[in-house]
Amino acid sequence: MHRRGLLRFLPGLTLALFLAPVIAGLIGTWLPAFGYFPSLGGDTFSLAPWTTLFAQPGLAESLRLTLISGFLATVSAFLLTVIFLAACHGGRLILAVRGLMAPLIAVPHAAVALGLAFLIAPSGWLVRLVSPWATGWDLPPDVATVQDANGLALTLGLIIKEVPFLLLMTLAALEQVRAEERLAVARSLGYGPVTAWLKAVLPAVYRQIRLPLYAVLAYALSVVDMALILAPLTPPPLAVQVLRWFNDPDLSMRFVAAAGACLQLLIVIAGIGLWRLGEVAAEGLGRAWIAGGRRGGDGRLPRLVAAGLVQGLVALAAAGLLGLALWSVTRRWRYPDAWPSSLSLDTWAHQAPSLLAITGTTLVTGLAAAAIALLLALGCLENEQRRGLTLSNRVLWLLYVPLLVPQVAFLFGAQVLAIQTGIDATWIALVWSHLLFVLPYVFLTLGDPYRALDERYARTALCLGARPNRVFWQVKLPMLLRPVLFALAVGFAVSVTQYLPTLFAGGGRFATLTTEAVGLSAGGDRRVMGVYAFLQALLPLLAFAAALALPKPLALRRKLRIQAA
Amino acid sequence: MIRRRLPLFSMLLAALVTALGLSGPAEGGTETRTWPEIVEAAKGQTVYWNAWGGDARINAYIAWVGDKMREEYSITLKQVKLADTADAVSRVLAERTAGKKEGGSIDLIWINGENFAAMKAQNLLYGPFTQALPNFRLVDFDDKPSTLVDFTVPTDGLEAPWGMAKLNFIYDTARVEAMPHSIPELLTWAKAHPGRFTYPAPPDFLGSTFLKQVLIELAPDPAFLQKPVESDAQVEQATRPLWEYLDALHPQLWRGGEIFPANGQAQRQLLDDGAVDIMLSFNPGEASSAIANNLLPDTVRSFVFDKGTIGNTHFVAIPFNANAAEGAMVVANFLMSPAAQAVKQNPEAWGDPTVLSMAKLSDGERHLFDMLPLGIATLPPEALGPTLLEPHPSWMTRIEADWQRRYAR
Repeated sequence: MHRRGLLRFLPGLTLALFLAPVIAGLIGTWLPAFGYFPSLGGDTFSLAPWTTLFAQPGLAESLRLTLISGFLATVSAFLLTVIFLAACHGGRLILAVRGLMAPLIAVPHAAVALGLAFLIAPSGWLVRLVSPWATGWDLPPDVATVQDANGLALTLGLIIKEVPFLLLMTLAALEQVRAEERLAVARSLGYGPVTAWLKAVLPAVYRQIRLPLYAVLAYALSVVDMALILAPLTPPPLAVQVLRWFNDPDLSMRFVAAAGACLQLLIVIAGIGLWRLGEVAAEGLGRAWIAGGRRGGDGRLPRLVAAGLVQGLVALAAAGLLGLALWSVTRRWRYPDAWPSSLSLDTWAHQAPSLLAITGTTLVTGLAAAAIALLLALGCLENEQRRGLTLSNRVLWLLYVPLLVPQVAFLFGAQVLAIQTGIDATWIALVWSHLLFVLPYVFLTLGDPYRALDERYARTALCLGARPNRVFWQVKLPMLLRPVLFALAVGFAVSVTQYLPTLFAGGGRFATLTTEAVGLSAGGDRRVMGVYAFLQALLPLLAFAAALALPKPLALRRKLRIQAA
Repeated sequence: MIRRRLPLFSMLLAALVTALGLSGPAEGGTETRTWPEIVEAAKGQTVYWNAWGGDARINAYIAWVGDKMREEYSITLKQVKLADTADAVSRVLAERTAGKKEGGSIDLIWINGENFAAMKAQNLLYGPFTQALPNFRLVDFDDKPSTLVDFTVPTDGLEAPWGMAKLNFIYDTARVEAMPHSIPELLTWAKAHPGRFTYPAPPDFLGSTFLKQVLIELAPDPAFLQKPVESDAQVEQATRPLWEYLDALHPQLWRGGEIFPANGQAQRQLLDDGAVDIMLSFNPGEASSAIANNLLPDTVRSFVFDKGTIGNTHFVAIPFNANAAEGAMVVANFLMSPAAQAVKQNPEAWGDPTVLSMAKLSDGERHLFDMLPLGIATLPPEALGPTLLEPHPSWMTRIEADWQRRYAR
């Protein structure tokens, strides 16, 4: 009886565990934004922080950068995803791309950004490959292709990272809306392949990917680590600027920073609202378009364009990572040489001592956060099944809260909470802060396969007299081994990628591969940066490889054990 | 070498906090224990050293110091790599605000300039302690007065000198024939070579130092820059030549002066890529050190301005609530030892000039320095030109804020 009681409380505990810091953090940010922060002498409420905020030089430019990169990246990633899936539906390319998407999602944002920065910079690899023999550029051209004034490099980086996420989410949703049948009907009515997909499948599938899309928009509007690498810095996009204000030694700037963090949250809310309005408008227009009955062409052009673009993005990401790997073993690689003039493992050897410690921290934090998230997710799902509950849409929204609320908007308030409870700069705070972002992804990854497991297996076992716990451990878990390991890998990858949470909860005492790589990105030595960024990308990839490779030997061992018994 | 930044009202605000009784002055005072007592108490301690972490060579040197501390004093040294030293100041201030008077999270800070001025004014520092360190006596106070006066603020034994810095320029002889010899000549040179020069965006210390160099060279009377800012009118008058100069210079810079490298390392990368021809450095040994580390081609050399360039000293200090003050003092003392200073000055390691007086060293110790290679691109001390004194920190605060307002928008 006792155990079942425990399981019953697990969903509540899980929600509390990851909503409490967010809510407390938001309160801890909104109060100072209105002048209330007693330990800094703010005893009364006032609008002064906001007036100071709006008087900050460069605020308008920061906002412009935030809005351009946020919306442009989200719209482009969404359109590209939709057109690619519409044009290539059922084709072999989808299968190939699907296989590439998981590793692309696993690679941390910072590593992608660093790789891209070296690739497209005026002195970057692309220019080096064609200079000076084709271009005549003995010196790199004086053009801003990275940290450009309109944030286009940042937009490109975001698109590279968000298209794989949207593609995978949409592919998963396609299975739920019986896309094949819809397509078959539309095609039999004479619609062209792309038009059929857009008219018959998209309206159904869009409802399923709305939340992931909002998460992408929220992320793109408030990204920090990629912006530090790819966006201009005088002034930077809003989220980076808020971070600077928070780090200002002039403590009165905390009030301005808090107001800025709230402004960031408002921008995300308004952004999602605007997107919702766009949905309504598109719905109206789309209805007319669908009712118009135009059949559309054979879709060759969209297929060529979308397939080319998606492959181009994958190629950019891969070439960027290759560039990082190459830099890590470079001794000397000057512009305009296409390849390093001499290679060595010196950088790896020099970095080895600190690399070991930092990789250790990254591994321990990632594994701990992923394991805890997995336990909680499994417990909640099992509780849901035993009690015959179904997950309502509202709960799903709750799950998405840490993904929708910008990190800068609540991490600072959460840090104050951590200091007050004395867990600031401890492993607990670090793992907990990662858990906020790991848990939703683990839950989303595990939820569908868990619910999709044919309940007749469990029922048969129960009928044979097994207790629910035994059914869970001996029937469900072994059958779900593959998705469970996959969820663990996803959780680990999400943890590795965290930058701001590590910075804040870790109090500067915990260095992970991500904080090191972003820290070194400000200039530093490309060779050292290559080492950290490459390793940062490698760890999650190894985790995914392990998740794919492990089930077989584990299953075999189990089989042998059963036979022996 | 330390990034620093401290906007306008920090000290005022903190003074207000004190006045409101929200925090008392730091406890403690002059370090009175003997050196053996301190070393004994330091055994087994873990020292968290908050130090700017943007340069792999410096981090490697600090890691080497850590090895020595473990072997010789049973002290565990951990570098907390900062992106900006101001973060550490902010943290100590936050800890005092929260009433944390001991067991603080920072034991040692790499510091100078206005961060030191702010911490000193706020009683956030431990000590005076330098008089207790045996190696402090070896410092060259006569020829390196900035080891006792940090940006016009007396150190009063609250920070131990660690290294010397002097603004100099690195250029690639493969591309530059005639280099400029003064701030006005630099503008002429930039006009003749558009897009081939830039400086790191203030508040990066190197960018701010460049602004101060321009300010001092062009100010009608640089003497009053040694005193705190008196009035807005005074600032307006003294800085007008600076802004006129930058307004003329910026269109001639790399990327048309619309983007600036984030720091000295980014700027060095630009020089190596051939994107610019001249870079700023605050370390006379940087060119040689960068050649030795394959970061710049062996055709780069250094130069300085005829009328002199800004120079200063960087230090280490201990927060008032340090958890391991004894361990921090042992580290600070080791950093000033002839052995550690000689390794630091070696261009193959870091190339940071020593704070010690050669005359005060034994023959064996002096030999450590005599044996050092000068480096192919390092100017000998007599060719480094006069050293201009740092202005009072309040000037820098003002021009950094004005720079943001004028150019970062």
